[in-house]
Amino acid sequence: MTAALQDRPRAGTAPSSRPRRVSRTVVSGGERVSRGWMIAATAVVALASLYFLAPVVWLVIASTKSASELFSTPGFALADWHLWENVRDLSTYDGGIFWRWALNSVVYSVIGSVATTLLCAATGYALAVYRFRGRALLIGVVLGSLLVPGTVLAQPTYVLLVNLGLNNTYWGLLLPGLSYPFGVLLAWIFAQNAIPTELLEAARLDGSGEFRTFAGIGLRLMSSGLVTILLFAFLGSWNNYLLPLLVLTDAELMPLTVGLTGWNQASITIPSLQILTVVGSLVSVVPIAIVFLALQRFWRAGLSAGSVRG
Amino acid sequence: MAVQTPSTAVRRRALGGGRWVPYAFVTPFVLVFLTFMLAPIVIALVNGLYSSQSSGLGFGGAETVFVGVRNYARAFADADFLASFGRVALYGLVQVPVMMVIAAVLALLFDSALVRARRFFQFAVFLPYAVPGVIAALLWGFFYQPSVSPLVQGLQAIGIDADLLAPGTVLWSVANISIWSNAGINMIILFSALQSLPRDTFEAARLDGAGELRIALNLKLPMIAPAVLLTTLSTVIGTLQLFNEPQVLQSITPNISSDWTPNMAIYAVSTLGRDPHLGSAMAVILGLVTLVVSLVLVRFTNSSSRGGAR
Repeated sequence: MTAALQDRPRAGTAPSSRPRRVSRTVVSGGERVSRGWMIAATAVVALASLYFLAPVVWLVIASTKSASELFSTPGFALADWHLWENVRDLSTYDGGIFWRWALNSVVYSVIGSVATTLLCAATGYALAVYRFRGRALLIGVVLGSLLVPGTVLAQPTYVLLVNLGLNNTYWGLLLPGLSYPFGVLLAWIFAQNAIPTELLEAARLDGSGEFRTFAGIGLRLMSSGLVTILLFAFLGSWNNYLLPLLVLTDAELMPLTVGLTGWNQASITIPSLQILTVVGSLVSVVPIAIVFLALQRFWRAGLSAGSVRG
Repeated sequence: MAVQTPSTAVRRRALGGGRWVPYAFVTPFVLVFLTFMLAPIVIALVNGLYSSQSSGLGFGGAETVFVGVRNYARAFADADFLASFGRVALYGLVQVPVMMVIAAVLALLFDSALVRARRFFQFAVFLPYAVPGVIAALLWGFFYQPSVSPLVQGLQAIGIDADLLAPGTVLWSVANISIWSNAGINMIILFSALQSLPRDTFEAARLDGAGELRIALNLKLPMIAPAVLLTTLSTVIGTLQLFNEPQVLQSITPNISSDWTPNMAIYAVSTLGRDPHLGSAMAVILGLVTLVVSLVLVRFTNSSSRGGAR
């Protein structure tokens, strides 16, 4: 089912999608509609796209301007090319603190999301494969906790971390992120769909231990679902703002979100920071956007499975 | 065992390994969950009942005294805190329907055969989701400041003097940021649900002479009701948790106070106000309000979807 979903997005431009009847009438997709409707619909979507793209386009253009041109030239017009100068200034300002923030963001997001995904995978796998006492309770608690919004937990988590002495440390930001009930739910759904019981029984008959079966067969079969969890956990911690704002006081430990908003605030008194905030925003957006869009085949399938079954 | 009804639930029972094996799989998650999900909830509940006379943090200190519901009384007597709920309610009443309509219209258009260059336009609509919320707020912040904004300058050029950060408009400027950020992911979820619908139903309706618009509104939309509920629910929850965007915009306009939304009030009280006990009580109130709103929404949708077709 997921394979069919992944193939679908091509259907609009090439009338090849199986479930649709192919007919060479006026438009693609086998649905008989007038050319006028097609132009109108495409125009609506194009207009919407303009709205969604404009700020990103502005960000790219603004990043190439000098600090004074940012204010003196029209927003969407290119001026002299200052991008590399800006990146150099970004790299040297305050002893290169920007790259420290970027490194922190990578540490929090990569380590955090990989660990989160493994925890979710193991739990989802156990829920799908085993029947054990407390299973129903665990499922109930996982589902119930989806209604508890993360930002409400931020303040008491901060109080907890202060009591544990973990505020203003890497651990203070890494550990709370590991609790990701939505990921468990997705992993459970994926394990149910993707892992045939017969295969596990065969592995057992071959003498494979339970953990080796999980690592060798379970993780592999669940992989496209796990990419989804990985991406959302990654994005969640890359975008995290309230918790680091509460927990971290040391600039050396801050992620990009906190660092850049700090610059934005400071730019009221230090105008040169304004262009650095712009360039820094671009630098922080580009890698995320590339990864997310490159892997969309996986998480799209994961999302639809999650929303259909969940 | 094998004589029982051959449902998957029975089929998928534990075979190999000891009885402890499933627990080994779920223990890491359960530990993290207890520490960073359940414990913060308990801490918020307990912490909210105490107060400290000096500025000491936590509820183990010598100066911490039990005050019963006094923190809650203080929170409810705080007119600004109550006003922040009214503000996000007004915000949500506009932002949620507008975003859901945009997401649904785009998803239906992408699902129809009407739109050309669908992959590109979907990419454009989704791209903002890959921009971290805080960065999106920084970006739009530049669009709202008259000194750099191509938007304000463009409007001025055609004779409209717009102040997007005025007391009356700033709420909608914030709403615009979150629509821009989140319409794409909601569109993708609805689109995935639409793509998984059986096509033959629509073919039959088409043969009966139903137009595309009627098929979209009377057939497709009711069939993806679960996905619509899911996205609406998470949007509503997100609305109540509003923090990142106004917190960032705060540095460029005096019209966003430090307790502009419930989460901002919690943050301000816990950090600048140095009263994490009051902050915890406020977090409990926000959590309960969110829970009640979610449950009412689920109940409302369940009963209205049983009422039959419109």
